[in-house]
Amino acid sequence: MIRSEILREIAPILRDHLVVCNIGLPSQELHMIDDQPTNFYMLGTMGLSSSIGLGLALAQDKTVISIDGDGSVLTNLGTLPTIANNVADNYILMIIDNGSYGSTGDQPTYAGKKTKLEAVAAACGCENVVTCKDVDTGATLQAALHSKKMTVIVVKCDSGNIKLPVITMDPVVIKDRFMKAVQA
Amino acid sequence: MSIDKKITDDLVANGVSFVTTVPCKQLAGVIDEIEARDEIFHIPSNKEDEGMGLCAGAWMGGKRPAIIMQNTAIGVTINTLATLIQYYRMPLPMLISYRGELREPVACQVEMAVHTKALLAQMNIPTYHFHKQSDVDELDMILKYTFMCNKPVAILTDANFWGGYGDQ
Repeated sequence: MIRSEILREIAPILRDHLVVCNIGLPSQELHMIDDQPTNFYMLGTMGLSSSIGLGLALAQDKTVISIDGDGSVLTNLGTLPTIANNVADNYILMIIDNGSYGSTGDQPTYAGKKTKLEAVAAACGCENVVTCKDVDTGATLQAALHSKKMTVIVVKCDSGNIKLPVITMDPVVIKDRFMKAVQA
Repeated sequence: MSIDKKITDDLVANGVSFVTTVPCKQLAGVIDEIEARDEIFHIPSNKEDEGMGLCAGAWMGGKRPAIIMQNTAIGVTINTLATLIQYYRMPLPMLISYRGELREPVACQVEMAVHTKALLAQMNIPTYHFHKQSDVDELDMILKYTFMCNKPVAILTDANFWGGYGDQ
């Protein structure tokens, strides 16, 4: 499965929670598949999905799911010790690990070579790190939600992209709509 | 009252309850004070752009954030300031240790100091420079201004403001 197929499958789960979605194709795909006020789309700033999600989870009680990529986590690797040492049990970091920089033309990442992000997360002190296959993403995410424990999920999947439009919604509108959904 | 306590009191009085820090020798006292306060959740970050991500999330979650960092971080965070904090229009007080100014003992710090105000000006970031201890009297107004206009605002605090480095 490729990322867009995974997002399509887990969209019914995601829609009940606050979602911070990674820059580029992941946000464009989620926006096209199931646009919700509870989705925060990143239009720039590669690497910060996990940080924004953690800050959000620490600031309020609703469950937050950060959808990140292996390339983006590699760009902000310092996020994993911060997550490990500031436990928010309403926080799930879901790393879609397709071993490539999808939005820029599927160049290989080091996560697709020797580097194992699940091992990095564990070494950083993250206590609940789960690795799953693409077809098991929904069940794994559901289990993490039920556990009510901060969880890092690394989803191993195929690289590949679909053609789709950019998000034209104004960033301030995205933020305002999202903040109202957080408070609702 | 110590300057560290005064700064922390102003943050608390303005409802700032989520503070991320990347340390600097000059900021050690205020970071200790923030860590000690029950009203503030203190979350150290490993890099300043990461810290700004945390602050953006906390803001959207209903908390007033602030970041404490060195001016070298301006070089690290230009993209995050432009594409996250400014693009989505979020407030962010940035209490910045202004290394490389008068009374600086480390020459390399001057290399970023000479770019600091130019970069902030290029980014259209309102910038205040605390050089004398009494300049801290404006902090309360600067914080109110930041959360009024929903912009990142820089407060540069140099070595003279902090009372120098002692016997270096």
